Amino acid sequence: MNNNAKFCATEEQLSKLNAVIEESKSVPGCLMHILQEAQGIFGYLPIEVQTIIAEKLNVSLSEVYGVVTFYSQFSLQPKGKYRISMCLGTACYVKGADKVLEEIEKQLGIKCGECTPDGLFSVDSCRCVGACGLAPVMMINDDVYGKLTPDMIKGILDKYREVK
Amino acid sequence: MQKMINLKINGISVSVPEGSTILDAARQANIEIPTLCYLKNVNKEGSCRMCVVEATGARGLVAACVYPVAEGMEVRTNTEKCRQSRKLTLELILSKHKQKCLSCERSRNCELQRLSLGYNVDEDKFKGEDFVLPLDDSSPYIVRDNDKCINCMRCVVACNNQGIGAIGPIERGFQVHVGSAFDRPLAESPCVGCGQCVVDCPVGALSEKSEVSKVWDALSDPTKQVIFFTAPSIRATLGEAFDMPVGTDVEGKMVAAIRRLNPDYVFNMDVTADLTIMEEATELIKRIKTHKPLPMFTSCCPAWIKFVEQTYPEMIPNLSTCKSPQQMFGALLKSYWAEKNGIDPANLFVVSVIPCTAKKYECSREEMIEDVDVALTTRELARMIKTAGIRFTDLPDEEFDNPFATATGAGAIFGATGGVMEAALRTAAKMLDGDFKVIEFPDVRGTSPIKEATYSVAGITINVAVASGLNNARTIIEQIKSGEKKYDFIEIMSCPGGCVNGGGQPTLSDSIRNSVELKEARAKALYKNDSNNDLRRSADSPVIDVIYNDYFEFPNSHKAHKILHTSYKANKII
Repeated sequence: MNNNAKFCATEEQLSKLNAVIEESKSVPGCLMHILQEAQGIFGYLPIEVQTIIAEKLNVSLSEVYGVVTFYSQFSLQPKGKYRISMCLGTACYVKGADKVLEEIEKQLGIKCGECTPDGLFSVDSCRCVGACGLAPVMMINDDVYGKLTPDMIKGILDKYREVK
Repeated sequence: MQKMINLKINGISVSVPEGSTILDAARQANIEIPTLCYLKNVNKEGSCRMCVVEATGARGLVAACVYPVAEGMEVRTNTEKCRQSRKLTLELILSKHKQKCLSCERSRNCELQRLSLGYNVDEDKFKGEDFVLPLDDSSPYIVRDNDKCINCMRCVVACNNQGIGAIGPIERGFQVHVGSAFDRPLAESPCVGCGQCVVDCPVGALSEKSEVSKVWDALSDPTKQVIFFTAPSIRATLGEAFDMPVGTDVEGKMVAAIRRLNPDYVFNMDVTADLTIMEEATELIKRIKTHKPLPMFTSCCPAWIKFVEQTYPEMIPNLSTCKSPQQMFGALLKSYWAEKNGIDPANLFVVSVIPCTAKKYECSREEMIEDVDVALTTRELARMIKTAGIRFTDLPDEEFDNPFATATGAGAIFGATGGVMEAALRTAAKMLDGDFKVIEFPDVRGTSPIKEATYSVAGITINVAVASGLNNARTIIEQIKSGEKKYDFIEIMSCPGGCVNGGGQPTLSDSIRNSVELKEARAKALYKNDSNNDLRRSADSPVIDVIYNDYFEFPNSHKAHKILHTSYKANKII
């Protein structure tokens, strides 16, 4: 597994996780729920978090990992401070979203699904954000950018780099 | 009284208990339905769709291995629709199956190949995308080739049934594959090497890490004295690799076959099973008399040892310090035998034949890496015999070489669950009370997962337990830790039923696995071997007498401790 950023958890995050596990561990089929909560707490599900869950629920790590890799909403990669979501839905795609995504990957030096080593940006693709009139569209956290072309990307990213 | 359900399969009337599946009912009507992911007592998922049949009241085809029977149901197992569906399933499986059948060690013993032949399926109907996964040969015992894997999940279930869960399905859809958490190599997973996954694999995706070539090399090296010895259970299973009935004792042919491979000696590992008992029974009595860590656990099974070290390190002081019979034999050859014969131990090449994949790991453990050079599974020995062109079934019966030929029946039963316990009880009782006459301890025999008994000898009462299957070992440990149970002596074998059902034993076709009780049939051969032996107690063995008189003086002597005992260390793995 290629975790670019090193996992560090705060005491607060860990006690939140423990509380979630304690609260739901007697409910059959609780693993999914706990994983969702854990992803909410940590932003992703690194081996350290999965190990805690496996030990506390008395299930094997391979079972936890199997569930995490089965469902696409679970992430093994950390998310950046700025989460880029590039729409690859039909309308955006025919308007060249793939070229835009390529440019983002090039600018950040990471692949879709990954996070930059400084933890600033992560890139994912999504399917239709409901703004097809603006295709191709991407979101950075809650900001929407439309009618994108590859040459616009550097400028947009720099804006976030300056804010930090 | 169980309710019976009446139905017809291919026009034949059958009556089966409520809750039975169509597959159960078909078996009763002597009709075979092809299966692939299903394996009796192991896996029942209904996922591969090979066992599809037509049944009245069902929409579309149903999976016979999981579909329950109903009153008045009519089932057709061999219609054009069933055959077409099964054929398509096979063609799709083959579209991403690595086609290396010519050299695959499961060739002619592969469920996928067998079914493909039956349904006249060619490998290249659909040319699927190549899905190349790395070969995992990281562990000293098991090799996984996922390009041959058909995702039946039998190995995953086998591992979960053992309570280990080292492997599981990863990803989904086309990307799905079996592996350890975070796709780490098997060597870094909690795998204990029991090999139950290997014997349950229907194809060639899992195998032992073969060391056959090292043995061929040694056999053709004139500077090496090559010594083979065979574990107790091999005599009860080797014949299966040559299509002999399950449970045939082939001791004589086994010795004859190995002798025709031209090693210098063929010895009987039952001898060091007897030696283990002398050491272990003495250790047990000492522990009971001094109240030293009790219960004492047996230590013959390397998968069990690895399990304790990584899961219950706090129980390490409770493990007997005795090496296993395999390691004792290696140690004995490289000390006593080498000294007696004036041979440099470096020129000895010691090959054990064992029913086990974990024994390969055991002989690579740093505490005793010098004892045994190569551990071959029953399957590897069978392969060598076939390569050498030896017609096994036509061989005469021959005897082991002296001085390590004669052993007691107690040594032979080491291969079945309860056997080590019974062997230890026979000798411990004699050590405590010279007039003790009882030889057989039926309470600890049989294949129930956990057995318990209480015995009194010479004013000492001991509570014993026997478990096979690591999930059952876990149950026992948890019961001891919670104070619910109190025992003095516990035998653990990692494989369900003991070594006769070990991960290195011959892989048998599903049609045999689904109809014969392997554990019982193989164990029966060992108990018969025991009752046919005039010597039943390890302490009565003349060979053991010689070994102690010549070399170790007495059980648990300083020298015995140095050579025949070992140590363990905690190694937590999640």
